[in-house]
Amino acid sequence: MFTAMVAWQALGEQRIPVESYRVDQATFQSEVDAFVEARQIGEEGGVPVVEPMPGEDAYLQAMMFQFRPVLQLQRGETYRLLVSSTDVQHGLSLLKLGTSYNFQVLPGYLYVIRLTPEETGEFSLVCNEFCGLGHHVMTGRIVVVD
Amino acid sequence: MAAEAPARDFLACEATHFRIERHGRQLALAHAVGAVVLLAIGGLMALLIAIQRVEAVQFINDDWWYRLVAAHGAAMLLFWMLLFEVAALYWGSTMLLNAPMRLVKVAWTAFGMMVLGVLLATGMMLAGQATVMFTAYPPMEANPLFYLGVILVAVGVLIAVAIFFVNVVAAKREGYHRGSLPLVVYGLAAAAIIAVYSLGTGAVAYVSLFLWSVGLVENVDPAFYRMFFWGIGHGAQQVNLAAMVAVWYALVGFTVGGRTISESLSRLAFLLLIAFIHLGAVHHLLVDPGLGTSHRLMNTSYLLYLAVLASLIHAFCIPSAIEVAQRERHGFTKGLFQWLVRAPWKEPGFSSLVLSLVFFGFIGGVTGVIMSSMQMNMLVHNTLFVPGHFHGTVVAGATLAFMGIAYYLLPLLSRRNLVGVAVARLQPYVFFAGVALFSLGMIRAGFYGVPRRSADLSYQAAPLPTDSFIQTGPQLAMWAVLIGALIAVVGGAMFIYVMLATLFAGKVVDRPDVGLVLAYGAQERERGLPAPTMVAADGHSLIGGHEPHDRKISWRNFEAPGTVTLVFIFLAWFVVMYALAHFNIARLWPVG
Ligand code: HEM
Ligand SMILES: [Cu+2]
Ligand SMILES: [Cu+2]
Repeated sequence: MFTAMVAWQALGEQRIPVESYRVDQATFQSEVDAFVEARQIGEEGGVPVVEPMPGEDAYLQAMMFQFRPVLQLQRGETYRLLVSSTDVQHGLSLLKLGTSYNFQVLPGYLYVIRLTPEETGEFSLVCNEFCGLGHHVMTGRIVVVD
Repeated sequence: MAAEAPARDFLACEATHFRIERHGRQLALAHAVGAVVLLAIGGLMALLIAIQRVEAVQFINDDWWYRLVAAHGAAMLLFWMLLFEVAALYWGSTMLLNAPMRLVKVAWTAFGMMVLGVLLATGMMLAGQATVMFTAYPPMEANPLFYLGVILVAVGVLIAVAIFFVNVVAAKREGYHRGSLPLVVYGLAAAAIIAVYSLGTGAVAYVSLFLWSVGLVENVDPAFYRMFFWGIGHGAQQVNLAAMVAVWYALVGFTVGGRTISESLSRLAFLLLIAFIHLGAVHHLLVDPGLGTSHRLMNTSYLLYLAVLASLIHAFCIPSAIEVAQRERHGFTKGLFQWLVRAPWKEPGFSSLVLSLVFFGFIGGVTGVIMSSMQMNMLVHNTLFVPGHFHGTVVAGATLAFMGIAYYLLPLLSRRNLVGVAVARLQPYVFFAGVALFSLGMIRAGFYGVPRRSADLSYQAAPLPTDSFIQTGPQLAMWAVLIGALIAVVGGAMFIYVMLATLFAGKVVDRPDVGLVLAYGAQERERGLPAPTMVAADGHSLIGGHEPHDRKISWRNFEAPGTVTLVFIFLAWFVVMYALAHFNIARLWPVG
């Protein structure tokens, strides 16, 4: 089992992201805002839709009660998602084909998640760490295009 | 010699050869009754939150749903389990050692602290002042009284643990008990030791939150808090595990008159648990920012595997003890499985024992190991899979085992005959069926990504709505949760009914009728041996005043082929599940 785990981490394509930094909440907020301002292409449900350049770092902010912004990504490109929270703890759950990927999001810590979308379509994010009375309406979205 | 020791309020209990002393009896009874009351309250909350899991049934508002989940988790996982465990500690350190209770006043004070703490914490949660869940992750904040309540309970339990050790040491010093501890008490001691360090780290977590909530500390780092919190959050589960295994051994003795085929192996397994399982705690942080790969690997690998090994040893010792007892004592030697077919399935202690063992191993244990391997954790972290896993371990496993032993302890402690024996015979099956169905439903739903602790799975009120969970697959899984929960609540209510009816309406007798326990006690006495649960490692009688027996009990020559077969079935099941999980993960997009 141990070997399986090490091997998967070394050779497999689905690894646990380990890159992380401490980040001040205000700094993170201003970086997200700058990113949104620079790359916004529209709006959905009151949330900005943002398209990073292929391969560019993409910010994803968790806050009560939404993931901001909606990210539009190119299929087959690898992105670094820079994820953090500006209030309480949240859970980032990306739903795909009857499964999900799940990560903890902590205020004060920046989690770097490398992601290579392989299919096109709209994929929902839901929060899966209890974060307050709006926990069950906290969603987000990733759109993958060709 | 102990037999001549002054009669300190001892009641002679012919049934089990125990001389039961009043203070220990009353204290154990008070804790057990408190625990049962909390189980009833927690069960009622379970009903309310579980009903609302499918789209078709929605009637509690979101705010209350969250309050109830929070209070259900705390009432059950913390309070019901801990109080029952304290009852078991007092029972084991007095009655099983034939010794009197020490520090009686301190023990009652500790009980008072626990009750006050439970009232404060639960009250705050229900009042909407502490909707932070029992995990209480900062920077989400609750009323300081909530943290104080939890701390009071923890301190009360720590005091009880200290008294347990005082009891044991005094029992040996004063000659009430000679030789090594009986296995059941040994297991309880393991639980008590783990409790000391898990409640210790837990105290760091909760005390720092308390200080922060009253403004004495600037802030609490969420990542450090998670480290410390899972010191108790997971450590407490090892307490539950060790206590459950101790109860399993007791039930083997009670219901088939059996004992482990290797005392030293069973004891070694308890030691391994103490030493290593704590390190498994980091698996709660596998997909957190802030930990390096090697740290994650270390924690999810060797150290944890040793603890898993310990569980496997127990998982072998218990069924083989049953098998050997059935073959040797009862002569059910035909074929591989006659011993199992002809087992006392109508004895609630036996059915709870077997069902608890099976579900704990096949579902709880396997999902646990899968979940704590790194990549797999990414698939299920914080989804309903997690409550599915722990309802398998702590409900179908530990709670069911505790219920099983309560059918014997309550009559023994309250000196009343059990009321509702027919209900008791059926109860373990009903409860088991319900919990099995709803936890499997949760596990399935978790694979779809259904989040835990979410008041409304429709996600239609969200700014970016998603219909992921109102599709047929997840909804079917949630219907299984709903129906299973209803059945489980009925099973729980049956248990509560038997307990309360016995307590208030049971016939007061000198010698409560506790079925097979009594029978084995009498049988062993005829053969000049101590009751099965009271045998020390060397087979000597533990009863003060008896001379050690020459004839050691040794079943070394008996084999347990049926158990070996069962173990292979289990391992095969494990391999299949493990492979399936990897298959699932390979379907994901590359991530890292
Ligand atoms: C009739 C039996 C029970 C039923 C039907 C039941 C049902 C549930 C349900 C539906 C949830 C919410 C899951 C979610 O959406 O996050 C839950 C949570 C929980 N249950 Fe139970 N449960 C039962 C008994 C127990 C027992 C006996 C224990 C402990 C020994 C327990 C411990 C917990 C814990 C710790 C949580 C998590 C609370 C949280 O997320 O903070 N449950 N249960
Ligand atoms: Cu959230
Ligand atoms: Cu949330």
